[in-house]
Amino acid sequence: MSTVEAAGQSTQETAAAERYYLASQWQLVWWKFRKHKMALVAGIVLGVMYFIAAFCEFLSPYLPGTRFPEYLYAPPQRVRLLASGEAFGPHVYGLVRGRDPETFRRTFTVDTEQRFDVRFFVRAEEYRLWGLFKSNIHLFGSDEGPVMLFGADRLGRDVFTRILYGARISLSVGLVGIFFTFVFGMVLGGLSGYLGGVVDTIIQRLVDLLISIPTIPLWMALAAALPRDWPPVRIYFGIVIIFSMIGWTGLARVIRGKLLALREEDFVMAGRIAGAKQGAIIAKHLLPSFASYIIVSLTLAIPQTILGETALSFLGLGLQPPVVSWGVLLQDAQNVQAIAHYGWLLIPCLFVIVTVLMFNFLGDGLRDAADPYTR
Amino acid sequence: MLEYILRRTLQIIPLIVIISVISFGIIELPPGDFVTMRIIELEQTGTRVDEEEIARLTEQYGLDKTLVERYALWAWNIISRGHLGRSFQWEQPVTQVIGERIALTMSISLMTLVFIWIVAIPIGIYAATHQYSLGDYIFTFFGFIGISVPGFLLALVVMYLAFTQLGISVTGLFSPEYADAPWSFARLMDMLPRLWVPIVVIGLTGTASLIRVMRSMLLDELRKQYVVTARAKGVAERTLLFKYPVRIAINPLISTIGWLLPFIVSGEALVSIVLNLPTTGPVLLRALLFQDMYLAGSLVMILSILTVVGTLISDLLLAWVDPRIRYQGATK
Repeated sequence: MSTVEAAGQSTQETAAAERYYLASQWQLVWWKFRKHKMALVAGIVLGVMYFIAAFCEFLSPYLPGTRFPEYLYAPPQRVRLLASGEAFGPHVYGLVRGRDPETFRRTFTVDTEQRFDVRFFVRAEEYRLWGLFKSNIHLFGSDEGPVMLFGADRLGRDVFTRILYGARISLSVGLVGIFFTFVFGMVLGGLSGYLGGVVDTIIQRLVDLLISIPTIPLWMALAAALPRDWPPVRIYFGIVIIFSMIGWTGLARVIRGKLLALREEDFVMAGRIAGAKQGAIIAKHLLPSFASYIIVSLTLAIPQTILGETALSFLGLGLQPPVVSWGVLLQDAQNVQAIAHYGWLLIPCLFVIVTVLMFNFLGDGLRDAADPYTR
Repeated sequence: MLEYILRRTLQIIPLIVIISVISFGIIELPPGDFVTMRIIELEQTGTRVDEEEIARLTEQYGLDKTLVERYALWAWNIISRGHLGRSFQWEQPVTQVIGERIALTMSISLMTLVFIWIVAIPIGIYAATHQYSLGDYIFTFFGFIGISVPGFLLALVVMYLAFTQLGISVTGLFSPEYADAPWSFARLMDMLPRLWVPIVVIGLTGTASLIRVMRSMLLDELRKQYVVTARAKGVAERTLLFKYPVRIAINPLISTIGWLLPFIVSGEALVSIVLNLPTTGPVLLRALLFQDMYLAGSLVMILSILTVVGTLISDLLLAWVDPRIRYQGATK
């Protein structure tokens, strides 16, 4: 190797090192997170899902309550592009109802005579986006007949549409849930770590208790106690608060542990000597130094809330129809008959699992990135 | 050791008291009291309710007293006579309704715990000793899925696959002819093959997370100096692995029972509802839907207490196996 090259390389290294030392904490976190490919992918997938949830009125071809009486329990239709001797373009075929002569169950056969062309930006049923903007443009649909990508339920409603609307409730439960979990965990963990003494002991015993008992029976009992005649919005918040009341322990532990460790650090001592007020030390120096841990803990708490809502609504203890969430949709799949013959009713399961999986990947990546100083 | 046992046992008494308060709160939560519900129910079925009956029930449940007195009365009934109250839905004392179901729930939970251990430890060891091999990646991948898929959703999927692919139904614990039969050897034999599905379904998430713990613990241990030294001195790989690193890595695993057992009991409640097992889950759900609160509150309480006691037993076992824990506690 020539000396020139070696010199060039070493300046490059110095530049990289300089970049590293000059970078802010959040820049370092981002650089480290970027290396975690699965977490990046998960973040993108979740972004898409929340986008779908936000614009479900536009993206779904029907309204969640729209019924097609001829299509009760119709199986998913396949979208085809080409057909022999017909015009090119996406289309589905109509389904014709029949009855199995032996089992007397309803059967559907594809009728290639009925061709429903799928068109984009069709004008169909009117909706209000976010309850504000009136429109009747749907991303796709057909003027000629129903297009049901995921089949229909027992009332002939489009499962695809209902899953998109359900995403709005199911995914938002996670976000609203972490807001309350954050408040509970912050206050109780903060008090515990900062005050110490008797308060600390009491809160820690409470944490021990909540960790050592099976929580799902407790959730079920508390959710069942919410009055049935409450409006859906209040039930929604009631359920979210129940989860947070039980689920704050993880965050509280993180915050308490970090507070205990950090308040002995030199920079806190330096701040104190320089005459900074307690509040300023906490807000300016302590909080930013463990904010990344809080984010990790909260990211991992989101799927727990989503799963909790799904489980409770599935059991009939949470949200009730006509509210649409993934758990409510799964109520239709409660008995063996429905599962065995109408398998597409389980599709919401897939969405729940993918969401939780993505949050776990994201949380894992964030956990690695949370402490950017260990290389 | 005796002192340790005593101290740990005394520690759970306040826990049990708080659990009982929470359970009593659950019983008291729904609007309207037990007797009013009972009267409405009796009137709906056309039975006339006489004043004496009302007075007797009011007296028995202390509905004319304050909340604190009612709690004391309720707790005293449990301690002195094992009387948990009456389930109006089943027309039986709560203890009779849930006795066998509690036993089944706890047996299934314990078997799941054993299953998790038997599966997770060897896989964890394999994954750690074959780090970054194909097998390791496969287990890591399945581990991620296992952690993300909750038992009750998995149960739904298993039911669907079993029915459509194999044509069998995996619900229930007994064949129809044994469903209401008294316990016998034949009934036990009938149950065993059907236990597999619930145990695997409930245990999947726990197994996945335990594999992760075992893998990372063992990896930490294998990097240590003493392992390198032993290897340099020519100790056979197998002996080296099992003599120290595995044993040390298993220790923190034992302490995971503290959260694993509550987690399993929780999961069992949901899975048993989906798979329609004759355990506590379906009874709890029905009790809650029909506001049969004495039954629901008692179930929550007994499940919680048994879980706490189970954790205590595992802690004591751990202390017995690992003296460091005893001393650590004593020097605190």
